[in-house]
Amino acid sequence: MSKAMIGYILSIAALLVAIWLGVSVGSVKVPISTLWDTGADAIASNIVWKIRMPRVVLAGLVGASLAIAGAAFQGLLKNPLADPYTLGVSSGASVGAVTTLFFGISVPFLGIFTLPVFSMIGALVTMFLVISFAKLVDRAMKMETIILTGIIFSSFLGSVISLMIALTGEELRQIISWLLGSVSMRGWSFVQMAFPFVLIGTLLLWLNRRELNAMLFGEERAQHLGVNVKKRKMMILIGGSMLTGTAVAVSGTIGFVGLVVPHMTRLLFGSDNRHVLPLSFINGAALLIICDLVSRTIIAPTELPIGVITAFIGAPVFAFIFFRQRKKGGI
Amino acid sequence: MLQVENVSGGYNRQLIVKNVSFHVEKGEMLGILGPNGSGKSTLLKVISGILHKESGDVLIDGKSLHAYSSKELAKKMAVLPQLHSHAFSHTVRDTIALGRYPHQSGLFASWSNKDEAAVNLAMKQMGIEKYEHHMLDLLSGGEQQRVFVAQALAQQAPILLLDEPTNHLDIAHQKQLLDTIKTQANENGMTIISIFHDINLASLYCDRLLLMDQGEVKVIGEPHEVVMKEQIETVYKARISTNPHPERPKPQITILPDIKEWREEKLITIENFQVTEELVVFQAEHQLKTWSSAVINAGTGWYRTFVNRRVDAHYNIDNAQTEMQQFLTNRGYSETETVGMMTAVYTKDAVIKQYDGDFGSVIIMVTAGVGNAVDVAKAYEVEAMPAIGTINTWIIINGELAEEAFIQAVITATEAKTKALAYEQVKDPRTGTIATGTSTDSVLVAATQQGAHIPYAGPITEVGKKIGLGVYECTVEAIQTYKKAKGWE
Repeated sequence: MSKAMIGYILSIAALLVAIWLGVSVGSVKVPISTLWDTGADAIASNIVWKIRMPRVVLAGLVGASLAIAGAAFQGLLKNPLADPYTLGVSSGASVGAVTTLFFGISVPFLGIFTLPVFSMIGALVTMFLVISFAKLVDRAMKMETIILTGIIFSSFLGSVISLMIALTGEELRQIISWLLGSVSMRGWSFVQMAFPFVLIGTLLLWLNRRELNAMLFGEERAQHLGVNVKKRKMMILIGGSMLTGTAVAVSGTIGFVGLVVPHMTRLLFGSDNRHVLPLSFINGAALLIICDLVSRTIIAPTELPIGVITAFIGAPVFAFIFFRQRKKGGI
Repeated sequence: MLQVENVSGGYNRQLIVKNVSFHVEKGEMLGILGPNGSGKSTLLKVISGILHKESGDVLIDGKSLHAYSSKELAKKMAVLPQLHSHAFSHTVRDTIALGRYPHQSGLFASWSNKDEAAVNLAMKQMGIEKYEHHMLDLLSGGEQQRVFVAQALAQQAPILLLDEPTNHLDIAHQKQLLDTIKTQANENGMTIISIFHDINLASLYCDRLLLMDQGEVKVIGEPHEVVMKEQIETVYKARISTNPHPERPKPQITILPDIKEWREEKLITIENFQVTEELVVFQAEHQLKTWSSAVINAGTGWYRTFVNRRVDAHYNIDNAQTEMQQFLTNRGYSETETVGMMTAVYTKDAVIKQYDGDFGSVIIMVTAGVGNAVDVAKAYEVEAMPAIGTINTWIIINGELAEEAFIQAVITATEAKTKALAYEQVKDPRTGTIATGTSTDSVLVAATQQGAHIPYAGPITEVGKKIGLGVYECTVEAIQTYKKAKGWE
């Protein structure tokens, strides 16, 4: 059995376990069988279907989106430290989302999708700005250059958000709670809002799995191998921004998922993007469901923002990858 | 197959390649040469479509490069750029498999038997099957380079562009790689364009060479039309000398260093000779440029010690080379710095004389045994076996001899020797005519390559006159001594 095959089996198993825990564990213990047992207790059934299940699904979608977007950004930029958060793309998406909330924008034909669409636009614009600026600074786009550029943009966009919060009136509470990053009390409507974009974004990235493999050897090399680099790059940037924008729109800024998950996946199952992308998707979902479970149980009844948990795991991993790359003399 | 027409291009509107035109036929291997910064890599990038060209056109099978889609182009042309580092680790097999990208299509892009066969063949051609499942970043630079060549080969495109493919490779792998590529050209009609740093490798393997200078084509043609002393010196701004390849009709170059006083000037004299019971030995402080027909280290080379060894008449000459080598090693003479000859004559009978001239001086050493004297003009009439009994002539010159002067020195010495034999009435016993030499005569010309430049050494030159006189006198004296020793007189 190949390494990848083992990867799929283990990852799916992990996801199932995560869902099981996410559904059954909490202030009220509910057996997982409530999901399919028609004769189950009405209160338990309500908890599972109205509260826990949408939460688990949303956490799964957000985790999957961030993880696969991170994997794609890392491949595209040949940079193991790239992820929506470190690149500043999440901040861009936040600005898009906060702007929507701040001005109460609602585009008629977009309906409930107004928020994710604006968030995506924010993500995409930031992505292009970060890459263009990094290229301007250093043609070779070294690992550190890209990350520093990401920090510059994050800081700037963060201050834009703070400014808007300071100017905001009654919308303040909504924005603050959203900013901290959480998947609680979102309900099925958020799942509905996110699902189509997660599907399209994931598809866009998955279609470029082999192209990403080629681009790991540099854009020129990929071009020589027959990859239409311009077009493929655009597809990946749009796909990644779409996923980041959606994740931010429904859950706020949750950092490091896109860094930790692809890295662990590569470490365990190899760095072939044909497998790294789908495996990151599955593992990202599992990881965020678990993180969410921890965030709502660790100091219950108070809930910790989920971003705290991911940063707690993510920052050391970030440091570890950075250390290893420098030791290797890589990039 | 591939036509480049008036192509100009570069970075940021600054033209690095200017008005380059050439064409390459199917199955041809074209080498691109030029000093650093002459635009070789830029030209290759323009041809491969990576860099936008300002003007001109590149045609593949009569169709403009830009009329091809990315995948179509990759099916026509594989490119191997200079080695780059990368951030993530792939296995060797996965890396080579990427070469099949242009041949795969559809949503799931299934891996066909043809893809599998192409990858396996490419690995075999580059001799990297044993690394198949290794991680690329754990291989050495040379091994990685071979993996990338295999990736390009797996692409199975009729045109292959290479940028210094032998970078990072040791000579065995350089040879293996170029042999493999050349075989692709010869047997499968692959068209190859490759940048070379190494002029000798380019000359050896390519059908034609293109020499670039400051972004323009200086010359394009067969290796002998491109690898010419003045041309290479002008373009590369380095002193070189050309010489033939020992096996192939391709010119090779050698760098001539500009370091002055690389060794102090040292005259050689008759004092450098030493005669023992067994040996006549000449020993110089510095190596001399030597041209000889000796038993050990014949041909051209730089040697410090010359040995003329006496062996008796029953010496078994079938195994002479090995025995002589062994003998010299046992006596402590360096295998790589010693020229060895043999004679049946007593070493005390060797005639050694010095002749001084305006150019420098000539020292002659002759040992003559004329028991096997032969008249070369009648030699076809009789059967003769090689035997001991020979005339060994050494001509050692203080001066800097040109190539042709070495040859002329040998002619002059041979003529003088023949004259000496005639004077001494030495006859070929089988034909009864005047002999011209013996069946196994040997000659050695050596020069210090310091002091006066000596372009010629014919009989009307200063040095030729000394050689003629010296060899004649010494040979006559040696023959007379030989006759006395044999009791002929």
